[in-house]
Amino acid sequence: MIEYLQILGQEIYKIIFLLVPILVSVAMIVWLDRRVWGLVQKRRGPNVVGPFGLFQTLADALKYIFKEIIIPASANKVVFILAPIVTMTLALVAWAVIPMSENLVLADINVGILYLFAVSSLGVYGIIMGGWASNSKYPFLGAIRSAAQMVSYEVSIGIIIINVLLCVGSLNLNDIVIAQKELWYVIPLFPMFVIFFISALAETNRPPFDLPEAEAELVAGYQTEYSGMMYAMFWLGEYANILLMCAMGSILFLGGWLPIIDIYPLNVIPAPIWMILKILLLFLLFAIIKAIVPRYRYDQLMRLGWKIFLPFSLIYLVLTASFLFYFDKLPKVNI
Amino acid sequence: MNFSRFLKTIFLVEFISGLHIAIKELFKKSKTINYPFEKGAISPRMRGEHALRRYPNGEERCIACKLCEAVCPAQAITIESAERSDGSRKTTRYDIDMLKCIYCGLCQESCPVDAIVQGPNFEFATETREELYYNKEKLLENGDRWESVLAKNIKLDKPYR
Repeated sequence: MIEYLQILGQEIYKIIFLLVPILVSVAMIVWLDRRVWGLVQKRRGPNVVGPFGLFQTLADALKYIFKEIIIPASANKVVFILAPIVTMTLALVAWAVIPMSENLVLADINVGILYLFAVSSLGVYGIIMGGWASNSKYPFLGAIRSAAQMVSYEVSIGIIIINVLLCVGSLNLNDIVIAQKELWYVIPLFPMFVIFFISALAETNRPPFDLPEAEAELVAGYQTEYSGMMYAMFWLGEYANILLMCAMGSILFLGGWLPIIDIYPLNVIPAPIWMILKILLLFLLFAIIKAIVPRYRYDQLMRLGWKIFLPFSLIYLVLTASFLFYFDKLPKVNI
Repeated sequence: MNFSRFLKTIFLVEFISGLHIAIKELFKKSKTINYPFEKGAISPRMRGEHALRRYPNGEERCIACKLCEAVCPAQAITIESAERSDGSRKTTRYDIDMLKCIYCGLCQESCPVDAIVQGPNFEFATETREELYYNKEKLLENGDRWESVLAKNIKLDKPYR
């Protein structure tokens, strides 16, 4: 019994050690997003609370905590309350398998990438539940849109992941990173990286694919009826998801926690810092793109997903497979 | 779709040029100012918060002619007057409902003695409506507080009137 409690305590300690930095970095990322957005548009962005406005998100969170939570009379209360919890939990749960260095990972499981993919796909449930339970027009339309959008783009993300897996021969995220020791996959699989990036934008409902919360048409999409801390949880979940997608992109294509080249001054920098730098680089791209692109029309979004990305990534998959087979470079798998 | 456009689409040419511009603009100085800490320039003709001015000897300028009350398109001004002990006509009541006021500047234009003026202050937001029903004391207090600026502005604007 005591032994069991000890193990439990250790696990909880580990989980808190993982969750707190993630929540803090989500807060920082929100600030960075708003700041970059502002700077590109030649505004200043949040710069009052704390140094450079760094604590803006904390101030916002405090404000949200003290706001009243309004539940619409006709809403399905259980599902309505569950939706933001599901969104945030799923966004945080996925971080368990992200390796920050060779040993710094909560769960080094053999099907890491599959787990990641499954959990990020489940994220759509939070949005559908939120939209449906609100029992109101705009949230419902937003939820339908986001469901269709996320399902469509997951298909191409899946095929892109298969592309990478063909080169690695393992589903373990650490193996994927180590396989890129000589050459990051962003070079041989560059078109896949671009498609992955755009699909990640669509998957996380970022502009130009922010149809589920298109302000001009749907007020705020599935979040319309939410207020107070529940709204903030949706928000946190969304940004945790964005960060997760950036982490996924850096693991699959940018060599995860590996330094750029394995030479002296670069390889003494600890692995987690490389990982964070790569995530930040991808996130900066996310943030700048938010400022420069107009929103896609719904049919254009669907056409891009099904008629362009899906066939293109399939063709590239065949090309990769034939290349690896022809030059006898298929990964050796010992079963 | 013609071929060059196809190539442009597939290599994301337009998108990359957009990204290039965005990154260039990112490092330029921003055009906005740090509002509560720095403030932009204000014209001497700024029509902000109202003030009732006094002569340098402390006498109120207002002669209760009620031209401003008559001209006010929003009917925000209410004036009552009476004869003072020295025989001059003065206001006993001079109220401006700042919530009705549309800040058109007609009261200031119509005033023959430059008594009612609109100053450069635009930061007079309050927490209740009642605080924005200005009475004579409040307006005179505004005049005393802003007198140096008001006099300077009127002088600057004189050649154009």
